[in-house]
Amino acid sequence: MNDQSTSRGGATFRSLGLTVAGIAAALIGVALLRPSAPQARDAAKPALAAPPTGQTKGSSTAPKMAEAKPDAKTAPKTGTGPAAIPTTAEPRATVSARRAAPEQVKPSMKIQQVTSPGGIKAWLVEEHSVPLLAVRFSFDGGSSQDPAGKEGVANFLTAMMDEGAGDLDHTKYQERMEELAMRMSFTDDADVMYGSFETLTANRDAAVDMLRLAITKPRFDQEAVERIRKQLLSGLAFAAKNPDRVVQREWSALAFKGHSYGRPANGTPATVAAITRDDLVAFRQKNFARDTLHVGVVGDISAAELGVLLDRVFGDLPAKADITPVGDAAPDAKDKLKIIEMDVPQSVVRFGMNALPRKDKDFMAAYVLNQILGGGGFASRLMEEVREKRGLAYSVYSYIQPMRRASIFAGGVATKNEAVAQSIDVIKQELTRMAADGPSQTELDNAKSYLTGSFPLQLDTNAKIANRLLWMQLEDTGIDYIDTRNAQIDAVTLDDVKRVAKRLLKVDDLIITVVGKPKGLAPRG
Amino acid sequence: MIDRAYRVFSLSLIAIAMLTATTFARHAEAATRASEATLPNGMRIVVIPDHRAPVVTHMVWYRTGAADEPPGVSGIAHFLEHLMFKSTDTIPNGEFSKIVSRLGGQDNAFTAQDLTAYFQRVAKDRLPKVMALEADRMVHLRLEEKEVLTERNVILEERRTRVENNPAAILDEQMNAALFMSHPYGIPVIGWEHEIARLSREDALAFYKTHYAPNNAILVVSGDVTLDEVRKLAEATYGKIPANPAVVPRARPQEPPHRAARRLELKDPRAGKASWHRMYLAPSYKTAAPGEAEALDILMKVTADGATSRLYKALVVEQRIASSARGYYSGSGRDDGKISIVVVPADGVPMAKVEAAVDAVLADVRKNGVTAAEIERAKKSYIAEYVYEADSQATLARRYGWALTVGQSVADIEAWPDRIAKVTPEAVQAAAQKSFDIRRSVTGTLLPEAPDAPPQSAANPAKPNRS
Repeated sequence: MNDQSTSRGGATFRSLGLTVAGIAAALIGVALLRPSAPQARDAAKPALAAPPTGQTKGSSTAPKMAEAKPDAKTAPKTGTGPAAIPTTAEPRATVSARRAAPEQVKPSMKIQQVTSPGGIKAWLVEEHSVPLLAVRFSFDGGSSQDPAGKEGVANFLTAMMDEGAGDLDHTKYQERMEELAMRMSFTDDADVMYGSFETLTANRDAAVDMLRLAITKPRFDQEAVERIRKQLLSGLAFAAKNPDRVVQREWSALAFKGHSYGRPANGTPATVAAITRDDLVAFRQKNFARDTLHVGVVGDISAAELGVLLDRVFGDLPAKADITPVGDAAPDAKDKLKIIEMDVPQSVVRFGMNALPRKDKDFMAAYVLNQILGGGGFASRLMEEVREKRGLAYSVYSYIQPMRRASIFAGGVATKNEAVAQSIDVIKQELTRMAADGPSQTELDNAKSYLTGSFPLQLDTNAKIANRLLWMQLEDTGIDYIDTRNAQIDAVTLDDVKRVAKRLLKVDDLIITVVGKPKGLAPRG
Repeated sequence: MIDRAYRVFSLSLIAIAMLTATTFARHAEAATRASEATLPNGMRIVVIPDHRAPVVTHMVWYRTGAADEPPGVSGIAHFLEHLMFKSTDTIPNGEFSKIVSRLGGQDNAFTAQDLTAYFQRVAKDRLPKVMALEADRMVHLRLEEKEVLTERNVILEERRTRVENNPAAILDEQMNAALFMSHPYGIPVIGWEHEIARLSREDALAFYKTHYAPNNAILVVSGDVTLDEVRKLAEATYGKIPANPAVVPRARPQEPPHRAARRLELKDPRAGKASWHRMYLAPSYKTAAPGEAEALDILMKVTADGATSRLYKALVVEQRIASSARGYYSGSGRDDGKISIVVVPADGVPMAKVEAAVDAVLADVRKNGVTAAEIERAKKSYIAEYVYEADSQATLARRYGWALTVGQSVADIEAWPDRIAKVTPEAVQAAAQKSFDIRRSVTGTLLPEAPDAPPQSAANPAKPNRS
């Protein structure tokens, strides 16, 4: 009704009285081209128009690593607060600064490297004008650490983190969180488990104690385990009929067959049914440790106070994690087209192939290339050809996602069954054309002016800055990244982009999954 | 170079004081955030300062939405919103977003029942440029036939994505249509498919000329700006556009008394799992008696929001008959609002049992009210949300823009935490007694089963009887 809205390229959302936000975060600046994702993930305020999967507690509804979308960064997962998912596909520093666009607005902030008395490190930006604190942290591991046959443990654990700790059972724990007006949530991808914590300065000590309990003394009461299991299973049942979810899962399974990236990150009904309390305990003990911990902090706290906080929350964790090594992977499949039949009027298509690792010297050029091809909002080539010229789809996009052990260039389109073959042809033509000719100088200049000019928009809230501080550590960008990033983009030349287009866009390597009833499309061997 | 530490960020201190009961209360008078002005042509201006980062969020909100569409052209408000990105007398087709992108900006737009809004987020020095662009398309949209027909296919795809591919969305659409018997809120924002398929250039232009004008618009800018700066820029852009006398106050058909509960069942094998849904008609913040909408927000937080809620505790934790149970009140519209509840039953649990359990929880709240402790927690949750949201200038622009466009005032918005804090247990119980009225409800069930009859094609409904 009155608060359901429909956007040119955003999300359906709803509001609660005057507190219309959260929602806003899902739309403004984030979800330009991904119509189905944000609405389903607005778990704090489920839209009834969204699939009921949106109501499921835990992370079973959010896209996972190999299937993650670049806008996952701000999507809340558990409904108790914002999640830190710094998956922004930006490169590490590979080029030295040359020039900055003359009019460029340059964000700047003082980042402190804090080491606690106990030796725990964090990056901090002090912001004392508001009595709030935002903390983002992570442990290496993620769903790649799920034991075989127990796929979904990491995800299960994220859903259990606010289900009781210390002397507080789940009800008491959550009531206490409300009384303290604190926010805490956890999420995972294939490589990393993320935590997000926010508090008011006045309640900081008590809220920090709650965080410490969750991380070091979770209860995992059997009642809570069984209740959350039901929710996760119910989420899987919805996901199994959701074309967006199925197409992502099937693509990962096809492209990363035999690798942990190809496993279902949320598990299957069988594996989730098999997960025991002991599995959760073991996963936490192996993965929550000080040596793979990264922390980013923004807010009303001094470096000395933060040191004390870090020791209180994380000081009791084991020194070393027990991580099972994960081997390198590259998307590959013998049969490059898989059609999963589902009785829907609109097919959902996902395509993808191998891309460059973040440390590759051409990564920044590839990032700019993707911006021109399918990452550039309404200005991209795919948008122009598929949507603006032909009216074939509401949503078409691409992105580059480097992971720890693989990197993918991927994208998607959703179109009526009759237009699937044509849409895929158009996309392939655009990739082929780009590989052959590269972009024009104007396209390159436009993409660079967007990427550099919009960078300050990514740093206009404490939450975004905290996410970014964590991301910079995880991606090993160097602490000067905020100051050097735009110069790296400006340094990308037309020749760089042409070279990387030829190297990257090998259309015959495209792996495509389609969910729906596409007409005139035959799987090829 | 901007040093964050020297910039002032005047978060709502009243709200923080309510949460912490500390000395922040002493500074509560500093809490007014937004300032206002009005151009001679009637366009309102609201500026919300946040000087932490050198960026701005620029939004223009029109006081028109899907509920203001003429009969038979459902979806035209949203269609026009898409077409606003096409050509004007000076901007070629498709250039609008490209210009914004070259400015390092992000842009988009959205349509709701009561409003249509357009926005750009840019570095502050580019604000004059996006204001000029937005002012241009307020009155100079051209609309070529080919642009219109291509974009119509895009919104048909959008409808497939949002609705046709999603049984829960189909049920939601049907339930809304049953809930609102007379008011246009019963028609989906995106429009009925058969009507979208016939929308024309002339339909779009007619809607544009009736509703798009400075005297029907509100300019909201948040971020690193002052009211004086924005007013000067607005005078040079929007200020040049004459008021349109064709703009008239909105008046829509209102609901008659609701006398009988309605029930719907949708069988769709794509549903994944069965789910149980209910909606109640309720007043909105705009139509409610003083304090009533705030009480409804508290009521639904305690009753149905999250793992500490009555419904979750009863159905999920204690009786174990559901895997999730939640609901909320939506009262942000210009006309009536609603209460919504959704339950996903545990495997094998009959719908009747779930429904009886929900009704028992609601009956208990009606009869006995909720506890003072529950109300306090709910208040803290809302006020915390209000405070945390102030971290984002984009969110603030949306909060003010939405509320102002449906007819609230800046004072209403900024006093909201205060009004929430004043909600009494008696008011919450009264809201329950009034709102949980089965005669004003629609109950829907979604079953993952084959339908009893072949589904009717949405694109080819029964032919109208043209005699």
